[in-house]
Amino acid sequence: MIARWPCPGPDGQSDEYALAFDRGRKARLLIVPPLFDEANRMRRMLVDTMRLLDDAGVDSFLPDLPGCNESLQDFSAQSLHARRRAMVQAARHFGATDVLAVRGGALVFPHTLPGLVLEPAKGGSILRQLIRARVIAAREAGRQEDSAGLLEAGRTDGLDLAGWRCGASLIAGLESAVAQIEGQRIVAQGELGGGGLWLRAEPAAAPEQSAALARIVLAEIAP
Amino acid sequence: MSDTASDTDSTLRAILSDVLGLSPDRVAAFDASTGLFGELPELDSMAVAGLLTEIEDRLDVVIEDDEVDGELLENYGNLLRFLEAKVGPGTVG
Repeated sequence: MIARWPCPGPDGQSDEYALAFDRGRKARLLIVPPLFDEANRMRRMLVDTMRLLDDAGVDSFLPDLPGCNESLQDFSAQSLHARRRAMVQAARHFGATDVLAVRGGALVFPHTLPGLVLEPAKGGSILRQLIRARVIAAREAGRQEDSAGLLEAGRTDGLDLAGWRCGASLIAGLESAVAQIEGQRIVAQGELGGGGLWLRAEPAAAPEQSAALARIVLAEIAP
Repeated sequence: MSDTASDTDSTLRAILSDVLGLSPDRVAAFDASTGLFGELPELDSMAVAGLLTEIEDRLDVVIEDDEVDGELLENYGNLLRFLEAKVGPGTVG
């Protein structure tokens, strides 16, 4: 279930973990998770999807993004560019034949693989929301901060956002990043039924959404 | 259904349903005095930020930092009134 893969990092190569359903089958799906807190909110739904794909004869792999989950890499050293390289490496290591990128994962997925993109998020929207959360939290604590000032400071010095120490390169990368979708099928949340779990304040399983996503993936990649 | 005010109302209820994970029935029962921030434990600062960003996307409005205060999010009525003014100034409300 837990597999290792060699990931490039600022201090050379290090091992990262992935959740894997690997029975050496022909169809092998790399799932690139959302960024930041959205990855936690959607993980249960994605893992349930992986179980269904396993039952249907498809191998799947959900790697940790470097700096997240069990990763020993320093989060503040991460950039979108580094994560793109990491996901290319994960795809190569696991012999992925297809990809499913989810939300902000669409900013770092290996776009040369065929597959699907679920509700791709723009980097600017992700950043705006994180900065807004910080401004609201500061106000609650009786401090005044403003989004424009924070962003300006973040571009040169990095920024603490929702508990993540984001380096300047990650901030700058997010600001203008858009998904590079090259023929992958774009899956809209409406196709899964129910609201997007990345929006949900308190994450939960969503078996109907997992089932719908598994069906859509299977129709697309036809094992 | 073409009334802008009621469209804003239904869109806002749908967004709250998604963010809070409440059934449409429960959100349909929200009235102007239903408390939001401070009364719904799910609505922490991160969830509020998500809520506002989703509102911007779905209603095609921009909400400035200085417009977000305790009063705006105190109850459903305040938030709806604020958004109706943004979406359709001068429409029937």
